[in-house]
Amino acid sequence: MSEQPSSDGSSTGAPGTALGAAATVERARSEGAPGAQEGSPATGWLRARLAGGAGRNVGLVIALAVICAFGIITAGERFASVDNVMTILRLAAVIGVLSVGMTFVITGGGIDLSIGAVLGLASIWATTLATQTMAQDTHWIVMVFTALAVGTACGVVNGLLVAYGRVVPFIATLAMMVSARGLAEMIANRQTQIVKVNAFLDVFQADVLGISVLVWIFVVVAAAGWVVLNRTTFGRRTVAVGGNPEAARLAGIKVNRHTLYLYALAGLTAGIAAVMMLARTTAGSSTHGQLYELDAIAAVVVGGTLLIGGRGTIVGTVFGVLIFSTLTNVFTQNNLSTSAQAVAKGVIIVAAVLLQQRFAARSRAS
Amino acid sequence: MVDEAHHERTRPASGEPELLLRMTGIVKHFPGAKALDGVDLEIRRGEVHCLLGQNGAGKSTLIKVLAGAHRPDAGEILWLGERMTVTTPVAALRAGIATMYQELDVVDGLTVAENVFLGHELASGGFTQRRAARARTRELLERLGHGDISPDLEVGRLSAAGKQIVSMARALSHDVRLIVMDEPTAVLDSGEVDNLFRVVAEITAAGVAVVYISHRLEEIRRVGDRITVLKDGRTVGTCLPVAETPTDDLIRLMTGRTVAHAFPTRAPVAEDAEELLAVEGLGLRGVFSDVSFSVRAGQVVGLAGLVGSGRSEILETVYGARHADGGAVKVRGQALRPGSVHAAVDAGIGLAPEERKSQGLLLDEPVYRNITLATFAGFARGSFLDERAERASAREQIDALDLRPADPDRSTRTLSGGNQQKAMLARWLVRGCRILLLDEPTRGVDVGARAEIYALIAELAARGAAVVVVSSEIDEVLGLADRVHVVSEGRIVHSCDADQIDEHGVLDLVMEGSAA
Repeated sequence: MSEQPSSDGSSTGAPGTALGAAATVERARSEGAPGAQEGSPATGWLRARLAGGAGRNVGLVIALAVICAFGIITAGERFASVDNVMTILRLAAVIGVLSVGMTFVITGGGIDLSIGAVLGLASIWATTLATQTMAQDTHWIVMVFTALAVGTACGVVNGLLVAYGRVVPFIATLAMMVSARGLAEMIANRQTQIVKVNAFLDVFQADVLGISVLVWIFVVVAAAGWVVLNRTTFGRRTVAVGGNPEAARLAGIKVNRHTLYLYALAGLTAGIAAVMMLARTTAGSSTHGQLYELDAIAAVVVGGTLLIGGRGTIVGTVFGVLIFSTLTNVFTQNNLSTSAQAVAKGVIIVAAVLLQQRFAARSRAS
Repeated sequence: MVDEAHHERTRPASGEPELLLRMTGIVKHFPGAKALDGVDLEIRRGEVHCLLGQNGAGKSTLIKVLAGAHRPDAGEILWLGERMTVTTPVAALRAGIATMYQELDVVDGLTVAENVFLGHELASGGFTQRRAARARTRELLERLGHGDISPDLEVGRLSAAGKQIVSMARALSHDVRLIVMDEPTAVLDSGEVDNLFRVVAEITAAGVAVVYISHRLEEIRRVGDRITVLKDGRTVGTCLPVAETPTDDLIRLMTGRTVAHAFPTRAPVAEDAEELLAVEGLGLRGVFSDVSFSVRAGQVVGLAGLVGSGRSEILETVYGARHADGGAVKVRGQALRPGSVHAAVDAGIGLAPEERKSQGLLLDEPVYRNITLATFAGFARGSFLDERAERASAREQIDALDLRPADPDRSTRTLSGGNQQKAMLARWLVRGCRILLLDEPTRGVDVGARAEIYALIAELAARGAAVVVVSSEIDEVLGLADRVHVVSEGRIVHSCDADQIDEHGVLDLVMEGSAA
């Protein structure tokens, strides 16, 4: 599965020029791709592919494989068991859903720092006494609906501020991050709110085909995200708005409205993530999702979405999420400190961004 | 008028003033273009030397060479009788050459005094001497007749005129012998212009020379001593005395191109052709006012004027990209909602913007997605894109417009300027737009491709499109259009059929007509 193969492939390609070819080789090599040697025409096609979206994903696959190999060597059975893989996936699921929303916002030229806090607020709102009582009396879906509505509403506020209030995304969503967290604390009185609606837990803690419902939700959200970004008018508008907002506006695209939609979408994913969080921890808490926004941004950027907008990849984002959650797992399996983990994460982020900058510089140069 | 021009200026009585600068045979290439192709310039101490020339004549490049921002490829610069190679702006300043660019280069967040001494702060032992800087700044401002500006004021709170004063104070804070002023009056009202001229008179009396660039002949007559005229990167007239050179001669020197473009001949517009676009009394506060014109099917209407006259803004307002303060834009008699690009596009208007790369194209996206940027939703089934249909439709346009290379999947960045422009046009043709607004359609397009763009515009008109062309190249507007509106200072000052006016006539209107 290669995303926007045409755009990626051709923007880096510059085949025929010595510079382009050399750069391509260098890039393929830096991603450890096999068979990318100079010369022979047979490898030309492969090289062109590797330089494009597919190549970027090959790099991510290799990075993930290296981490897995490291896990197998150091932790053996404990790492390579079905149970452990499920654990990894379950942990990846919440950040994963958030990251899909974040991919859209970033591709559209923005950033959303509030999704972690909004997750916390939604988890509280969905577990207040009033909501849970209502859910008990009627249906557990009330809790889900509450979480999604709260998330989306916060996203809409972000979107209004950014698109119509002309507030810089960083600041608008920073304000939302702080105030959503504060509001959650006020509502919950800083208490953890246990989920008492058993029907809710029954549904979301279940396994389907041996795989946790949480993982399925992640799969569905990611698949839907891929389709929307690559195959729909919404996705095309997102790329246009992030790539050149002025050109999009002058082509008749309603840039402000679309920006609003993007933040609303990110809020919606925060609501979905809140439901998943409730299922995993069986409680709502104002501290849920702390720093998740940064994990999501890291996953998106490592995945290859341009931080300045205009190019996004859901497949890359999924790999980014898996790389970080597997890394965490490997470190935990080896009883390494979370501090060492944090350092490794930092190194990976910097490496990915450096690669990305070189990529961007090269495509500008042509 | 001419006599009054040489007003109370005192100058060295004894014969010829000392020669300050002599540039000979300056050549500067840019990739794909020769910006300067043998320019000579000679400046004496204490004179106001005016540089005259059309857009693209090489004035900006020349002053950048002088300021050390560009390094010339050939030619010699003699400064105070010695050979000089200015390599950096700092070196130029050290030699005594200061430049005031048109887009004022002050830092809004700093105070007046901090701006004046930006880059050469008064300091001792690493600490800025703020009191000394303030005192020096106050002196400079008083010398410039603006003792009212406080050195502690944040520059962002000053008007454009105020910022210009700060910029000039900065120039004078160096030990300058030559100040280059690039269209200094563009941002000033008439009272401020008078003050500027007073300051110019004062600093030249002190022996500092000024290189003065302006399009306004009336100003040149008031402050200038001698004129050098540039055309197509060459000096075509040098050291002409202001007082004795008639306007006619100056304009003749500026026009009369060496490279004549071939414009396609077109059949006259039918008398009964439908009026597609009508602009009635359109205004945008502070930019232009009371602009009215109409375009019929098959007609090409040109807006001629200088940079900053409001041409581009008029187009953008017609298109809804700027919100008009008054007046109406009507398409087939229906008034459009002001300030809505969407409404304009829906009504069948398409704009090819002035800055193609920053305003028009998604450079990293493939060509076909740029071509279908205004139509992809129409091709979609429900919300799902139909990229096959998009590609097919883009392909049709690519073939029809002879866009090269004919590959819809190619990254738009890799196309030449001419082919990028074709992609812009294709975007509106896919949509079936019948009203096309073209802002600088051949900017960044090489000579060969220009002819193609011209032929394309003619063909579109022949097929019934209503076209509005804006260009800073007057011969382009005259060559393409059936009817021409001359824009100056935000107003249409003259309207006539294109064959009833020539380049000379247009320049005469915009240069003399714009007397402050």
